[in-house]
Amino acid sequence: MLDNSEKCSMIALNFLISLAFFANDCFYLGGYMSKLSSVIASSIALISTAVFSEYGLNMTEGVTSISRDIYSLHMMVFWVCVVIAVIVFGAMFYSVFVHRKSKGAVAAQFHESTKAEILWTLIPVVILVAMAIPASKTLIDLEDTSKAEMTIKITGHQWKWQYDYPEEGISFISNLAKTSKNSLKTDNKPQHYLLEVDKRVVLPVDTSIRFLITSNDVIHNWWIPAFGVKQDANPGFINDAWAKVDKIGTYRGQCAELCGKDHGFMPIVVDVVSKEDYAKWVAAEQANAAAAIASATKTWSKTELMTKGKSVYEANCAGCHKVDGSGIPPIFPAMKNSPIANGSAAEHIKIVLHGKAGMPAFKMLGDADLASVITYERNAFGNTGSVVQPSDVKSAR
Amino acid sequence: MTTATASHDEHHHGPEKGLMRWVKTTNHKDIGTLYLWFAFAMLLIGGALAMGIRMELLQPGLQLMDPHFFNQLTTMHGLIMVFGAIMPAFVGLGNWLIPMMVGAPDMALPRMNNWSFWILPFAGGILLSTFFMEGGAPAFGWTFYAPLSTTFAPDSTDFFIFAVHLLGFSSIMGAINIIATVLNMRAPKMKLMDMPLFVWTWLITSFLLIGAMPVLAGAVTMMLTDRNFGTAFFDATGGGDPVMFQHIFWFFGHPEVYIMILPAFGVVSHIIPTFARKPLFGYSSMVYATASIAFLSYIVWAHHMFLTGMPVAGELYFMYATMLIAVPTGVKVFNWISTMWRGSMTFETPMLWAVSFVFLFTIGGFSGLMLGIAPADIQYHDTYFVVAHFHYVLVTGALWSIIAATFYWLPKWTGKMYNEGLAKVHFWWAVISVNVLFFPQHFLGLAGMPRRIPDYSLQFADFNMISSIGGFAFGASFILFTYIVIDCIRNGKPATARPWEGAKGLEWTLAPKAQYHSFNTPPSRELIKSESQHS
Repeated sequence: MLDNSEKCSMIALNFLISLAFFANDCFYLGGYMSKLSSVIASSIALISTAVFSEYGLNMTEGVTSISRDIYSLHMMVFWVCVVIAVIVFGAMFYSVFVHRKSKGAVAAQFHESTKAEILWTLIPVVILVAMAIPASKTLIDLEDTSKAEMTIKITGHQWKWQYDYPEEGISFISNLAKTSKNSLKTDNKPQHYLLEVDKRVVLPVDTSIRFLITSNDVIHNWWIPAFGVKQDANPGFINDAWAKVDKIGTYRGQCAELCGKDHGFMPIVVDVVSKEDYAKWVAAEQANAAAAIASATKTWSKTELMTKGKSVYEANCAGCHKVDGSGIPPIFPAMKNSPIANGSAAEHIKIVLHGKAGMPAFKMLGDADLASVITYERNAFGNTGSVVQPSDVKSAR
Repeated sequence: MTTATASHDEHHHGPEKGLMRWVKTTNHKDIGTLYLWFAFAMLLIGGALAMGIRMELLQPGLQLMDPHFFNQLTTMHGLIMVFGAIMPAFVGLGNWLIPMMVGAPDMALPRMNNWSFWILPFAGGILLSTFFMEGGAPAFGWTFYAPLSTTFAPDSTDFFIFAVHLLGFSSIMGAINIIATVLNMRAPKMKLMDMPLFVWTWLITSFLLIGAMPVLAGAVTMMLTDRNFGTAFFDATGGGDPVMFQHIFWFFGHPEVYIMILPAFGVVSHIIPTFARKPLFGYSSMVYATASIAFLSYIVWAHHMFLTGMPVAGELYFMYATMLIAVPTGVKVFNWISTMWRGSMTFETPMLWAVSFVFLFTIGGFSGLMLGIAPADIQYHDTYFVVAHFHYVLVTGALWSIIAATFYWLPKWTGKMYNEGLAKVHFWWAVISVNVLFFPQHFLGLAGMPRRIPDYSLQFADFNMISSIGGFAFGASFILFTYIVIDCIRNGKPATARPWEGAKGLEWTLAPKAQYHSFNTPPSRELIKSESQHS
C-alpha cells in the first residue's frame, strides 16, 4: 500500500513539475516566466512531500474480499491508464519538442492511414475486453447476497442512521457525536472530527452480513470504504449489499448521497468485534431494550422528562430548530412561541410522530424519548404547554 | 465590439445604431456576440459561487456559511456553469462561425435566433433571483434528485423549474436553427464531407439537444406536478419511484455531457492543423467517431446510477456500453496527435490551449474510464474523484476549447490582435492553477471524501487547502482574461485577414473583421477545396 501511494505521489509530482517545466523550456516567455515556473514547481514539490508523508492518496484495500477485489481492479485500471498515458503523451510531447517550426521542421502532408486507424481502434477494444472480464466477476460476486448468515436493516433519516437487528430485536439511532457538533466553529477539533457517532453499530467478525438499506425521507447512501459497501438508501424501496469482515476494528464512513442541509454530518461508525464480544453486546442491548419498555409504562415526573427531553432534542431536533428553539424560519419554524408547542398536545404528538411537509417523521424513537422531547419543546424556550407522558405517545401511535 | 462598424460593407446597411441594435438584431454575428458575452457573465457569476465553495472548504470547520447556503452554492454553481456558461458559449461560437464556415449569409431562421438568445437573460435572471427568495435558492444539487427536489425542496424550486423550461426552449430553438442552417444554407458547392469539423460536431450536437432537452423538460414538469398538483411520479408513498427520476434525468444528462464536449472536439480539430501547418489527420474517422459517441451517449445513462440498486444484468450492460465510448474518444485523441506528428508547429496562444486540452481532457478521460468500471465505481461514486473527473472534462475540456476558440477567432471577430505576451502569461497562470485546483481532488476522493459536503474530517485538510489556493489563483486568472479581451477590442493592433500562417477555412477569406453581412454570393468549389483543412 505504501509502495502504491509512493508511486502515486511520484506521478502527481512529476505531472505538476512537468507542467511547470513545459512552461519553462518549450516556450520562451522571458526570464521572469521561467523563474516563476521553477519557484512554483519547487514550492509545490515542498508542500507535496510534506503532505504525502501523512495523508492518504489512494483507495485503501479494506477488510473484505469485495473491497480487495475492488482495490485490485482500481489499481489494474490505473496502471493500464498510466501505460497508455506514457505512450500517448510521450508521442505528443516528442512531437511538441521536435516537430516545431523553430527547429526547422517542415510539415509533412499525410492525412490518413487506414492501417493505423484500424490498429488504434482494435487495440483499445482488446484492452477494454481484458478489463471487463475481472470487473464482471467482481460485480456478480458483490451483488450476490444469498450467502448471508445474518441481516441488519439500515434506515436513513435526515440526518441520522437507524439500525435494526431484526433477529435480535435491537433497534437504535446513531447521530453525529456531540464532540464534533460542539466543535464545528472552533479550532479545537476532536480526534475523528465528523467521523464519530453517539452510538456505534456492532458487528461480528468473519460473518457474512447482509445489509438491507432503505430510507425514511430522501435518498441517502450508506458507505463504509473499508467494506467496499456503498449503497443508495431509497425511500419506499429496500436495497441490499453484503460484507464479511475478516479483521476486528473500528471502521468509519459517511453518507454519500446529498440528502439536504446536514448531509455532511451523518457519519457511520462500525465496531467489528469477536463473535463472543458480539454475543455479549447483543445480550446487553436486549436488556436495555427491556428496561426501556418498562420505563415507558411508568409515569414520569416533569423534571425527569425535561432532562431527558433536552438531550433528545439536541440530538434530533436542534439541527433545524436550533438549540435555543429559534429555528431557521421559514423553512424550519421556531419552537419559541410556537402555536403547536403551546397548543393541543395531541396535535403536537401527531406532527412529531408522522412528520409534516419538510419535517420528517420521528416514530422510530421510543415512547419515553418522544414523550420527553415533546414535553421539553412544550416547556423550554419560555413555552407553556402541557406535560406529555410515554403512555400518551403510545396511545397516539 | 460595437465600434468600427460598416467599413467593409458596400452593398448593405450596417448595424443599427445604439442599444436597440442588440435587442432587435437578427444578424448571426451580433447574436453570437450576445451569446458569448452572456456566457462570460454567467461564467464569472458561477465562478464567484465556486470561490465561495472553496473558501468554506479552505479549512475544516464551518467558518463562513451554514450548510444550507453551502448546498445552494454548489447547486447554483453547477446549474449556472452548465446551462448559463458552457452551453450558451458554444451556441455563441456556433452562431458566429457556422454561417461563415459553410459559406452562408446568415442563420436559416434569424428571427428565431434573436428569440432563442433573448430568452436566456430572463431564464438566468429567474434562476439567480431564487437566491433572494424565502427559503433560499435550490439546494439539492444540479442533478436535483427527487424527493429532495420535490417534497423536501424550498419554494423557489418552482422558479427553478420555470427557468429550466426556458433554457430548454432556447437550446432547442438554437439546435433547430443550426440544423436548418447547415443542411439548407450551406454553399451549394459544399458537400457534407467538405464541412469543417466544428460544423460537423455542432450538427451532431444539435440532434443530441433536440433529443435530450425535451426529456429534461419532462422531468421538471413531473417534478412540478408532484410538488403542486398531487401527483406521485417520484413518491413511493403514492406508488411512484424516486429512482425513475434518476433514469429520466440521466437519459437527458448523459447526452448533455456530450453536448458540452462535441463542439469542443470541433474547435480543437481546427486549431491543431492550423498551428501544425498540416491537414487534419483522419477527417472522416473524426466525423464517424463523433457520430458514434453521440449514438453511444444515449445508451449509457445508468452508469451514473450503479448504486441505486440496479439488477446485476443492468449494471453489466451499462458498464460494457460505457467502456465502449473509450474507443471513438481514443480515435479522436490519436488523430489529433497524428495531426501534430511531423508537423511544423508553432505555439501561439490558441495552440497552447488546444495542446493542453488534449493532455488534460485525456486525463479526464482516464478517470472516466476508471469510473465506468462498475465495481470500482462503488468506491468512487459521489466522492471528490468524480468532482475531479468532471472538472477535468468540463473545465480543462469544454471551457478550455472555448477559451482556445476565443483567442483563435478573436482577430476575425474584432479585426484586431490581442496581446500575445499577456495571453501567454494568462495561459500558464490558468493551466498551472487549474491543476493545483483539481488534481488533488483525485486524492481526496480516493481517500474517501464525499462530494457536496461543507465540512470534512481532518485527514482531508491539506489537500483541500491546496485545492482552494489553486482555486483562488484560477479564479483570479479570469481578471487577466477579461483585461486581455477588452484590451484587444479597444486597443488591439489591426489584424490581417488570415492572422495565422497555417489557417484554412472560408472564414479566413473574409475581411480582417468579418463583414456584417458575409457570403452574399456563395463560395466557389475551388475556394471550398483550397480552404479545406483536411485534403
